[in-house]
Amino acid sequence: MVEHLLGLLLEAIFVENMALAFFLGMCSFLAVSRQVDTAVGLGLAVIFVLVVTVPLNNIVYTQLLAPGALAWAHPSLVEVDLGFLGYLTYIGSIAATVQVVEMVLDRYAPALYGALGVFLPLIAVNCAILGASLFMVERSYTLGESAVYALGSGIGWLMAIAGLAAIREKLRYSDIPKGLRGLGITFIITGLMAIAFMAFAGIEL
Amino acid sequence: MPVRPRDALLDPLVDNNPIALQVLGICSALAVTTQLMPALVMALALTVVTGLSSVSVSLIRKWVPPDIRIIVQLVIIASLVIITDQVLQAFLFQVSKQLSVFVGLIITNCIVMGRAEAFAMQNPPGLSFLDGIGNGLGYSLVLLVVAFARELLGAGKLFGYTVLTPVAEGGWYQPNGLMVLAPGAFFVIGLLIWLLRTIRPEQAEED
Repeated sequence: MVEHLLGLLLEAIFVENMALAFFLGMCSFLAVSRQVDTAVGLGLAVIFVLVVTVPLNNIVYTQLLAPGALAWAHPSLVEVDLGFLGYLTYIGSIAATVQVVEMVLDRYAPALYGALGVFLPLIAVNCAILGASLFMVERSYTLGESAVYALGSGIGWLMAIAGLAAIREKLRYSDIPKGLRGLGITFIITGLMAIAFMAFAGIEL
Repeated sequence: MPVRPRDALLDPLVDNNPIALQVLGICSALAVTTQLMPALVMALALTVVTGLSSVSVSLIRKWVPPDIRIIVQLVIIASLVIITDQVLQAFLFQVSKQLSVFVGLIITNCIVMGRAEAFAMQNPPGLSFLDGIGNGLGYSLVLLVVAFARELLGAGKLFGYTVLTPVAEGGWYQPNGLMVLAPGAFFVIGLLIWLLRTIRPEQAEED
């Protein structure tokens, strides 16, 4: 069991890296990767929100939305399949979680709130968060698996954005062709990083 | 400053392209472009959702309290995406399987949200519709160009029909496997942006 979860964790971090293999969370990935410390701040916030929302959505899916899930409420509901409401429910629970996390941090951990403050609202519309929930449903993970998967994909995303930010800080001293500056070269670098991460493909534990 | 209807529709195509210039909606642009067919379906789905969500947001813009506008926009967009997803599953099941989670991810596509927030909240419904469609088309244009390059170079095919016969099937073309993989998408978009900014130097940024 532990080995299975560990394998899932490493797979989510390296092989199926959210940013570099599935292109998720690209908007903020490209926009907030100018400096390492802000990139790390955003990455930590993403891990945090992922670890809260993916298991939460797992519970919502298995107990409320999955085919026959409502049977616990009344036997006649056994045929009900609310799967089509998934998108609306997940985005709602993500937005609500982000709001709650924001208020809790503001009240009990002002220092962390100050560091993450700007990024928290952005995270509600970060596709890595919604993407993780959708993948969790598509692959029918259990509650434990979804928590581990969320942690792994969060760490993977943090590594990718921190790495890109570190490279972009060095880029300031390099002579890039004019039209390629900014966005263009960032894409090329991300492509090279994706090649590096492909070396992990096929590794199984 | 009033926006002319023609500009609202055509401006986002090249002059103010949402992907190349505003860096919005990249996630799906990269993921669904290994072949032209899913890219085309995705582009249509996004254009429809952006157009309709802009209209809906614009219609109710005067009655939405500013504090909860994001949630309201998200609910509108999510409902439209659910409808789109159901239509795709009903009529284009194979393609819908290929697109997997990326149809759902239209909800968090920054183009839809961005247009609702930046344009539809201030402008009348008709103009917002044109703006939404225009941005959807700008996105579609980039998607199709990238998918064209990736399917042609990666598999020698266009829309599934063999154009360049690969070596494996007795032809001369050696398919470039990198194009089908994730890094290929980054390179193609990077080079596309380079091209666009060389043609139009005013779009280049100082970094």
